[in-house]
Amino acid sequence: MEGSILSSILFATIVAGTPLIIVALGQLIAEKSGVLNLGAEGMMSMGAIAGFAISFETGSVWLGVLGGMAAGALMSYLFAVVVLTLMGNQVATGLALSILGVGLSAFIGKPYESEILPTIEAIRIPLLADIPIIGEPLFAQQSLVYFSWALFGAIVWFLYRSRPGLVLRAVGESPSSAHSIGYPVIRIRYMATIFGGAMAGIGGAFLSVFYTPLWVEGMVAGRGWIAIALVVFATWRPFRVMVGAYLFGGVMVAQLFVQGSGLEINIPSQFLSSLPYLATIIVLVIISRDQNTVRLNAPVSLGQPYRPDA
Amino acid sequence: MALTKIINKLAIVALLGALSGAGMAADNVGFVYVSPIGDAGWTYQHDLGRLQLEKETGVTTSYVENVPEGPDAERVIREMAKRGDKVVFATSFGFMNYALKVSKTFRKTAFVHATGYKLGKNMGLVNARFYEGRYLTGVIAGEMTKSNVLGYVAAFPIPEVMQGINAFIQGARSVNPKAELRVIWVNSWFDPGKERQAALTLLSQEADVITHHTDSTAVVQAAEDQGKYAFGYHSDMSKYGPKAHLTATTHHWGDYYVKTVKEVQAGTWKPTSVWGGYAEGMIRLAPLNKAIPADLQNRIREMEKQMTAGKLHPFAGPVVDQSGKTIVPAGQNMTDEQLNAMNYYVQGVVSKVPN
Repeated sequence: MEGSILSSILFATIVAGTPLIIVALGQLIAEKSGVLNLGAEGMMSMGAIAGFAISFETGSVWLGVLGGMAAGALMSYLFAVVVLTLMGNQVATGLALSILGVGLSAFIGKPYESEILPTIEAIRIPLLADIPIIGEPLFAQQSLVYFSWALFGAIVWFLYRSRPGLVLRAVGESPSSAHSIGYPVIRIRYMATIFGGAMAGIGGAFLSVFYTPLWVEGMVAGRGWIAIALVVFATWRPFRVMVGAYLFGGVMVAQLFVQGSGLEINIPSQFLSSLPYLATIIVLVIISRDQNTVRLNAPVSLGQPYRPDA
Repeated sequence: MALTKIINKLAIVALLGALSGAGMAADNVGFVYVSPIGDAGWTYQHDLGRLQLEKETGVTTSYVENVPEGPDAERVIREMAKRGDKVVFATSFGFMNYALKVSKTFRKTAFVHATGYKLGKNMGLVNARFYEGRYLTGVIAGEMTKSNVLGYVAAFPIPEVMQGINAFIQGARSVNPKAELRVIWVNSWFDPGKERQAALTLLSQEADVITHHTDSTAVVQAAEDQGKYAFGYHSDMSKYGPKAHLTATTHHWGDYYVKTVKEVQAGTWKPTSVWGGYAEGMIRLAPLNKAIPADLQNRIREMEKQMTAGKLHPFAGPVVDQSGKTIVPAGQNMTDEQLNAMNYYVQGVVSKVPN
């Protein structure tokens, strides 16, 4: 019995962490190029409604996910035009993008509020899924969970093992140096920003198509902001983003299990509800307390506009 | 959190712009909603009442949805009063102080606040006895459960929510003394992801009939996915879980709105405090699911009649709290004052109150 509870906690933890990982890793790439996009909440909302609407109309989950990705990418393209081409303020534009996305998704989503999608079956990996305790959580998940792991692997390889990743980091560190040796800073930033938007869109689509699965206004419920905070607290390192996301999901799920177990505990549920935030911040601050690594990993030009001089 | 504040501010500026453009109507009635109308839920039920009001009295109505429970609410309410609305209905607890404040400036306007406790010279109060419906769903839950474990996803431990939880287990225990209730607090009125997670948690820990006091339909859908039972709340949520949805406690404000507006038009309106339940037609059950056996359905119908006649009270004594203290002795019913001060669990709830 204990084993099965542990297994369901792990399972739920991974599900709860998945949208955060996808969105935060996308933002990490954008921020590594020096672009701070605070619009994740809005891009996720647009991804959620686009994913839901397209899945509903076509009956295809994958078209829905692609649609969510496209919606997020389109939103971040708008953002990129304003901040990269028109040199708008990144913080203000990002906030505006959040408001726009949340509002616009509510407007577009009106007709879909009463609709529901069938629950998507998990993909069981033969044999591995039968391992006690960790089998179900790790190897009998929905496809986007596996996608989040693949994304993690791809991003680690890209950032630290590939040449384009090195260029991306150089652009974020010192756009003028990157420009002077001939790299197209603005174009690279465009691509990184749009990638971040596309991932936020997939994260949103995960919520509306895989997780709940339903569409209602405001359903992203702050997860976009949590993803942005995760990137900062994880000091722009993919592995820590992943740890932070699962920690956040895990503490949230565990406190629900404690409450539901009927055990007599004298901790106010309000405190339990704030635990995921507290635990994540404390742990990430502790593992990232070394100032040198922070300086090493934080993109120096983050949030600053750059105009290549001729 | 400063960010969300800024966002709310901006949204309200846009809102007020839209409002002032709405113009003045002879007999306009304004509604202030805390959330989007959507397709089910608290605000949706108020909006059904608004539509009924338009149909039956011919007045024009207007509404502003998604108004945060803060100073911005005051501006929305003031704007409605200023442009000459005859009646303003403020439909969320957090609007209370703002509505009262504005009502002091606009003495000729009738204000009605839902679910609060501050009566004004020109501000009436309305609330519904949601717990009456909860008791009946509890009876159904007590009969339908196989594991004798029931689950409840709740938002915040305020008396209204506590009444629902306690009435639910009182109902269940009236037919099944072995029934126990587990409560998960999500500390949010609206977060479908978290609500679903809480529901799945309860279902994975033996609960086989669950309900919720939050605003989305996620709990019903989670029960449907897991092949378990659930009750809706606020609205009929059967389309979100055709098999799982046994019934729902639904709210009906329309008759009250019609009555209030007609009184205002006739000049006979006086601010009163109305707490209506089955007897007033403000609480009803949604259609009963076929999965409920016919004889249980008949018993529920009979109990509904008794409740309407005032013969069945969800908190008829003996009511005993978790610590074993008798709150209401046998032969008496709980008073409204006691109901409004409820901050404990009755026997049968296994968790502790989060305080």
